[in-house]
Amino acid sequence: MAETQTLTLHVWRQKNANDAGRFETYKAEANEHMSFLELLDTVNAKLIEEGKPAIAFDHDCREGICGMCSLVINGYAHGPRERTTACQLHLREIFKLGWKEIWVEPWRANALPMVRDLVVDRSALDRIVQAGGYISIRTGSAPEANQMPVPKDVADRAMDAATCIGCGACVAACPNASASLFTAAKIAHLGLLPQGQAERMTRVRKMVAQMDAEGFGGCTNHGECEKACPKGISIDFIARMNRDFLKAMAAARDDVKTP
Amino acid sequence: MELKSHEPSGPIEERWTEHKAHGKLVAPHNRRKYTILVVGSGLAGGAGAATLGELGYHVKCFCFQDSPRRAHSIAAQGGINAAKNYQNDGDSVYRLFYDTVKGGDFRSRESNVYRLAELSVNIIDQAVAQGVPFAREYGGLLANRSFGGAQVSRTFYARGQTGQQLLLGAYSALERQIDAGTVEMFPRTDILDLIIHDGRARGVVTRNLITGALETHMGDAVVLATGGYGNVFYLSTNAKGSNATATWRAHRRGALFANPCYTQIHPTCIPASGDYQSKLTLMSESLRNDGRVWVPRNPEDATKDPRKIPEKDRYYYLEERYPAFGNLVPRDVASRNAMYVCDDGLGVGNAIDDDGKRRGVYLDFSSAIKRLGRKTIEERYGNLFEMYERITGDDPYETPMIIYPATHYTMGGLWVDYNLMSNIEGLFVAGEANFSDHGANRLGASALMQGLADGYFVLPFTVGNYLGTVRELEPLTEKAVKAKLERDPNYSKAQADEQLARIEKLSDKHIREVNERIEKVMNAPEPTHAPAWFARKLGTMMYKWCGMSRSKEGLEQALVEIPKLREEFWRTVSVPGDTDEMNPTLENALRVADFLELAELMCRDALHRDESCGGHFRVEHQTEDGEAKRDDEHFSYVAAWEYTGDLKAPKLHKEPLTFEYVQPSMRSYK
Repeated sequence: MAETQTLTLHVWRQKNANDAGRFETYKAEANEHMSFLELLDTVNAKLIEEGKPAIAFDHDCREGICGMCSLVINGYAHGPRERTTACQLHLREIFKLGWKEIWVEPWRANALPMVRDLVVDRSALDRIVQAGGYISIRTGSAPEANQMPVPKDVADRAMDAATCIGCGACVAACPNASASLFTAAKIAHLGLLPQGQAERMTRVRKMVAQMDAEGFGGCTNHGECEKACPKGISIDFIARMNRDFLKAMAAARDDVKTP
Repeated sequence: MELKSHEPSGPIEERWTEHKAHGKLVAPHNRRKYTILVVGSGLAGGAGAATLGELGYHVKCFCFQDSPRRAHSIAAQGGINAAKNYQNDGDSVYRLFYDTVKGGDFRSRESNVYRLAELSVNIIDQAVAQGVPFAREYGGLLANRSFGGAQVSRTFYARGQTGQQLLLGAYSALERQIDAGTVEMFPRTDILDLIIHDGRARGVVTRNLITGALETHMGDAVVLATGGYGNVFYLSTNAKGSNATATWRAHRRGALFANPCYTQIHPTCIPASGDYQSKLTLMSESLRNDGRVWVPRNPEDATKDPRKIPEKDRYYYLEERYPAFGNLVPRDVASRNAMYVCDDGLGVGNAIDDDGKRRGVYLDFSSAIKRLGRKTIEERYGNLFEMYERITGDDPYETPMIIYPATHYTMGGLWVDYNLMSNIEGLFVAGEANFSDHGANRLGASALMQGLADGYFVLPFTVGNYLGTVRELEPLTEKAVKAKLERDPNYSKAQADEQLARIEKLSDKHIREVNERIEKVMNAPEPTHAPAWFARKLGTMMYKWCGMSRSKEGLEQALVEIPKLREEFWRTVSVPGDTDEMNPTLENALRVADFLELAELMCRDALHRDESCGGHFRVEHQTEDGEAKRDDEHFSYVAAWEYTGDLKAPKLHKEPLTFEYVQPSMRSYK
């Protein structure tokens, strides 16, 4: 038989950005095989039947890849299990920890403004990508795919960075609310590959500038982002971004875009 | 209404080239004058919006998620097919075409499928140039694997995250165009109606999901790339937000819905663990390359530790029944056989249906681990094993996985011609949202291929061809009216003002209609149940009567029960909160309301198609071994349904299918 427990949830409720916001408390019947979001579903089903507004929370694929879900669970972005999004966090993990009472909050950062309840606005992350997180290639003008070999270890390393799901847990976990891990991962993904070399220096300058303009904090090497990242992206990429940034600034002074 | 496919004639390998050579173009300086509305930002919509923007059109792109990067294409795991023949194993464009037509059980259009196979090679080039980190060999060249029953290795992949990487490629191209100012992006936006003016698709009604504001957006062409309707089954591998509202609303405005009963039930998903289950998770089909599927021969072994069941008591049913393809038979065949063994009471696991039968089969890696070593298996499937462990709490290195089929993909969709244009002029439909390329069954690793072929290469030409043909459309935006006033000396200020008033009226009328619908769903007379309660009930009915096997009796019963549930929905649905704010319950209610209508059409289509083909299996039509038995004489056509205002009496139109290259034969995987 599946184990069940009654949990007490303190959920952040806030009507909109102008509302003060507060925790509201709910009891929920938890089954060890449920996901954390399914637990919120059961709370919502009850609220709706009682004619009360449901808790708004972002979610979509529920298999850990779309990056939509974004909950701080008892202080942990995406909850206590490492390398796991909130949608893939199953309650047996909560049972193992013996948690009976759980606080659920949204991502909190100035650059990610409140929308409602547990939903925040992450469009700042899109704008960082708009600033240069791409390779400028016109559709139809691509050379034959095997014309340019990419060493396997380089491709694998690029993939390690490209695996970022853009959820923003790194920002939520960082004491400075820095988006360095997110930005660095994209810079590394494209900067490692031969295809990405032409724009490598302009890319790092523009993306870092945008990250600052959005109001994200700077990186002071706490390493919380790496721990919270559901895809386990390494902070080594931040060091790499900083190196590229310095090179790019020096190159810019010499009026050369590619070193 | 006669359905014209507008397929080019002549040798199949020259059709697309010829078609392009004779199409109309729009000159670069004229493109920015046209506004194209793209709904959806997945592989088809995202790639299409980016490419149309790059060509210089003014594009508005809409998605319901908070960012275009989250479209459900992102969840595709296994890979993307392309006829590159890098492995020198006899692959070619023709073979990919042949496999796809056969795999679709001879229910697709040859010209479309050939074009898809032809464009597959360009997609890989494009993706690599964008920086998609596909798997590589030690020499640095691209790696391939065999996938989903193909006898060649033509699948390109990026770990188990191929969809994610391809989508991020399209997303980066889209963001580049947003930065360039050619694409305006509208995230957190639902499309609640299509605006048809003078017989052409000219706009959409949107709801801002943060403020609840209803708006209209007008343009010169509308592209729907909104994905499939698998969530009609409630438990599916689709994302929770995936919905059919835009396509269904277009259908209600006159767009034909083709082959709605063609749905794909994917064989390898994690079974439901309880009635709180909100979705099902797919385990990539690639697992069947090394995993062996079995159930205990004796029902009493169902709860026994599978590792303690001796070989002779294990029933490797796919290997026994299909010695040539074994565990790698196509999806529809694998799913149906899992159902049969569970029907026979041989199922395992904790998912138990209403009749007390266990709904699960083992997918066992122990012999592969013995043969190849744990390390190799870890390299091949590590992330999938981890995902399985996370969801179920069981370790697949130690004990077999338990899997069961679940709804995954819908081959049906809005009817389109060779140009991907529906029967409504100016309404284009791309990717899973259209019906065009996969016939009655989709092969593995071909959905990503179709989405990107449509988005990067087909739409940018065919939308231009349409605009180049119609040249000037009535101005429906303020900008267009102003431009006409500047350009046309015979167009007076008074005429312009009159036109602006006309636009406002058109817009108000549509907003009013949508608003009435919203008010109705918010104010059911006896609010009792959440929208999800109805969705779950509908899903159960659909699995039972319109799922892996369908019968006349079952479908007839469904056609009685679904309208009853729909009536109950409008009477008792509870939608608390307000309309002028973020209201997830309202969003869901509007989607469920549309599923409740679409479901009926699916059952009607399934009932009318009195044959079995691909994913559509009518129990009345099977061979002695339980294989699908087609009836080419009577059913070799696309069934395109027209909405008549009465859900009980949609009108059927038929587009006959002819096969010049691949002669229909009995699909056999023995």
